[in-house]
Amino acid sequence: MTPSQYLNCFLAVQAREWQRFWQQRTRFASALVRPLLWLLVFAAGFRAVLGISIIAPYQTYITYETYIVPGLCGMIVLFNSMQGALSMVYDRELGSMRVLLMSPLPRPFLLITKLLAMGLVAIGQVYVFLLIARLIDVETPAWGYLAVLPALMLTALMLGALGLLIATWVKQLENFAGVMNFVIFPMFFLSSALYPLWKMQEASPWLYWLCQVNPFTHAVETIRFALYLQWNTEAYAITAGVSLVLATLATAAFRPQRTRILGTRR
Amino acid sequence: MTLTARNLSFRYGRQPVLSEVSFELAPGGFHALLGPNGAGKSTLFGLLTRLLAIQCGDVLLDGRSLKRHPAAALRQLGVVFQQNALDLDLTVRQNLMYHAGLHGLSLRQARRLCDQELERFGLLARAGDAVRLLNGGHRRRVEIARALLHQPSLLLLDEPTVGLDVPSRQALNQHVRSLCRDRGLTVLWATHLIEEVDSNDPVLILHRGQLLANGEGHALCQAEGTATLAETFQALTGETTS
Repeated sequence: MTPSQYLNCFLAVQAREWQRFWQQRTRFASALVRPLLWLLVFAAGFRAVLGISIIAPYQTYITYETYIVPGLCGMIVLFNSMQGALSMVYDRELGSMRVLLMSPLPRPFLLITKLLAMGLVAIGQVYVFLLIARLIDVETPAWGYLAVLPALMLTALMLGALGLLIATWVKQLENFAGVMNFVIFPMFFLSSALYPLWKMQEASPWLYWLCQVNPFTHAVETIRFALYLQWNTEAYAITAGVSLVLATLATAAFRPQRTRILGTRR
Repeated sequence: MTLTARNLSFRYGRQPVLSEVSFELAPGGFHALLGPNGAGKSTLFGLLTRLLAIQCGDVLLDGRSLKRHPAAALRQLGVVFQQNALDLDLTVRQNLMYHAGLHGLSLRQARRLCDQELERFGLLARAGDAVRLLNGGHRRRVEIARALLHQPSLLLLDEPTVGLDVPSRQALNQHVRSLCRDRGLTVLWATHLIEEVDSNDPVLILHRGQLLANGEGHALCQAEGTATLAETFQALTGETTS
């Protein structure tokens, strides 16, 4: 297969994902309600409770809304990637997965292309969210919107691959409610998305340790630093490393017979 | 294209589903794979399409191993799955263009082949319609047009008439037979409906994972001393057909 054939395949998967997005734009719009509730209601309520000290990458005191925006960007990608990965294995995407897997291109390439395509649609939602955040005065440097793109893509790949791995191999978590309770919520709450980790360290060293080993923490920090045009080598390296490992595992371990792609699951 | 299945065995965990299945599909022929539900037809399709990894045996396409040359094999393969594999919210053309891209075709090539296939199937006027608006027979035709878009020489259809009414079933069956005649396509048509099989068709009878018979319909009847293929099927499997 030639490079142009790989490119045509990549573009076709992207095009289909955006066509579906356009068909289901009301569903995608309603998915924005969740992070906006956090930003407009939760953050307003907790603003007075949680004082934020000056921590990198911020150079001054910030509002709580400003603090949680990167975490909410991560949350949008987290929900979308998990939901997308599950749909590849169990429901809406089964037909398209059958067609996808009949392509003569290598299966790992096809799966990663699919995960990235779903991730890019989620990233589109992140940008709409950032635009709304800007309207309520959560401003980031203009170039930050561009600088954050690679961080968001890495996060989408990491979480999509994790979702695919879980959906393929953990039979008990074959519905979204299960994944929400046992994967999404623990990952989200045990991270720096809603509170800086020094606060968690004061509360419980154990919880702090769990937050530190949670790759979502590092994904959120990658997004946070990139939004403010700063480079967090540690967070980037961990997010990239975990993405690479999970993407390799998820694609190498993918077995259609462990999904509903063939009709029934064994 | 010749397809050869050689000693294919498959098990899910400890449960054997296919056992030592061997057969050959001659180029340009309409071959029927007959078996009741649960015979192992879909597993066999999974192996022939590489959706399932081959555990034992091999599949050869014109002598080339599917295990060793999967890309070359899949380029030659068109597949219509038992379950709908169309995106109902997208248009007919969008569904076909997606498939074309997956086979590495450029936009220009894809558009040309898409129009060509849809015209051949009498569906060009519906190209811009969402698939959801098509009836069951037309959806199946779109799936076949899609399977043929990258111009394969082998077409595998896994119970393609499931859910269709009798006239649509017959029309689809005749249509695929005409593809064999006109385009020299090799076809494997899996079904549990014996009325979809002609007595002159090469027939494979699969039952509980074993290939019980392999030959032309009338020859199988002769060998079993039965008058019809339905009786042959019953004599071999102990089951009646639908």
